[in-house]
Amino acid sequence: MLNAMIVEAEKDNVVVAIEPIQKGETVTYNCAGAEKSLTAQEDIIIYHKLAACDIAKGEPIVKYGEHIGLAACDIKTGQHVHCHNLEEHREDLESKE
Amino acid sequence: MNFYGYKRPDGRVGIRNKVLILPASVCASDTTRIVAQQVVGSVTFNNQLGCSQVASDQQFTMDVMAGYAANPNVYGTVVISLGCENCQMDLVVEAIKARTNKPLKQVIIQEAGGTLKAIDQAVRYAKEMVAEASMLQKEEFPMSELIIGTECGGSDPTSGLASNPLIGQLSDLIVAEGGTSILSETTEFIGAEHILARRAATPEVHDRIFEIVHRYEKALQLVGEEVREGNPSPGNKAGGLTCLEEKSLGCIHKGGHSPVNAVYDYAKQVKAKQGLVIMDTPGNDPSSVAGMVAGGAQIVVFSTGRGTPTGNPLAPVIKITGNRITFANMEDNIDVDASPIIYGTKTLEQMGEELLKLTQEVASGKQTKAESLGYTEMAIARVCNFV
Repeated sequence: MLNAMIVEAEKDNVVVAIEPIQKGETVTYNCAGAEKSLTAQEDIIIYHKLAACDIAKGEPIVKYGEHIGLAACDIKTGQHVHCHNLEEHREDLESKE
Repeated sequence: MNFYGYKRPDGRVGIRNKVLILPASVCASDTTRIVAQQVVGSVTFNNQLGCSQVASDQQFTMDVMAGYAANPNVYGTVVISLGCENCQMDLVVEAIKARTNKPLKQVIIQEAGGTLKAIDQAVRYAKEMVAEASMLQKEEFPMSELIIGTECGGSDPTSGLASNPLIGQLSDLIVAEGGTSILSETTEFIGAEHILARRAATPEVHDRIFEIVHRYEKALQLVGEEVREGNPSPGNKAGGLTCLEEKSLGCIHKGGHSPVNAVYDYAKQVKAKQGLVIMDTPGNDPSSVAGMVAGGAQIVVFSTGRGTPTGNPLAPVIKITGNRITFANMEDNIDVDASPIIYGTKTLEQMGEELLKLTQEVASGKQTKAESLGYTEMAIARVCNFV
């Protein structure tokens, strides 16, 4: 059963829990037609995010295919991603265009 | 596709037929409340402003007042002012007449002889206006006459996954019908403004999108504050939204995929049949909704993750959630459960068609849940402190 989803399959490094997920549970999501799995490293509240891959400190956290912030510390696959490990970062999006 | 509405003398089409008792300032707000309670068919709101405001701040208040009187859901307006406020009766009347030629009456409390005489006069004007309004027959109009306001409040991650994309689907369908859809909440473009700017129909619109975002951020920095303090709210965060960028990237889905044809300042008159447009409004729901209704939106579609009761005095608000738990918990407040989009039991396209049909029904008179519960709270955007 799918219990998570990814918004932008090719780009995002986080997935969203669409069911309550327990630590150690298998997290399954549909990634561009292929089922992918990982193991939850902690309990995840429904609709919260977890890392789809290892994210090193300072690397962008990507959801909707866009940067939503930076990893405040090293984040392991299956760990909860939220205010405790995401550093807010305002990018100059006009000059990037 | 057509709906049944009310033709106004200024050429616009209303979907409700209300008489507005308009308070020109905070000092007239208790009086308008008493008048509106006395006259069935009339509505009012609590205007906490209208006096002791600097020019740019007062302009927001004036535009909301004039826009409310001109909103096509209003048959006519009885303006009540105290008499000495900054939003003087002649200024308010002039601003209303610049937008519409609908019935208009005025009562100035200090000239009428105090509270009781002002109430007596205003109740008589309002009763007469409601009687005239009640004689109006509905006629059939194309959906292109609709201006829809889109809003999200009490967001959570399901907003960006289901309810906002569903509103975006409706927005695209309304645009395809030839109508206008307004995307609002400038603070919630932050981190996503480049995506909207890419969809700008002209270079001017492209630059304006960046301009309103930067202007908003700078206005807060001028008073030593940062926009991201307090946004996301504690409830947004408890739901799983971590930061403003994540919230914004979900928020802008309400604009669907249409090109952005124009950017309007807060509460300015929006053109009908203009496709997708942006209005520069706060992320605060009641004041953002008020700006769009003042712009002429006859109907508001509003997504929520945590669940909110927000309505509006003039426009029916359709409430949508993508969170199945919230829908079960607050079904009395929420019209549409969009969670099937997340769980794959319905497609976005299917639910978009259903929402278009509901919009048509609401335009023709069907009450939304916020309407039937009598929710009419609203606020007016602010530039700065009182003087």
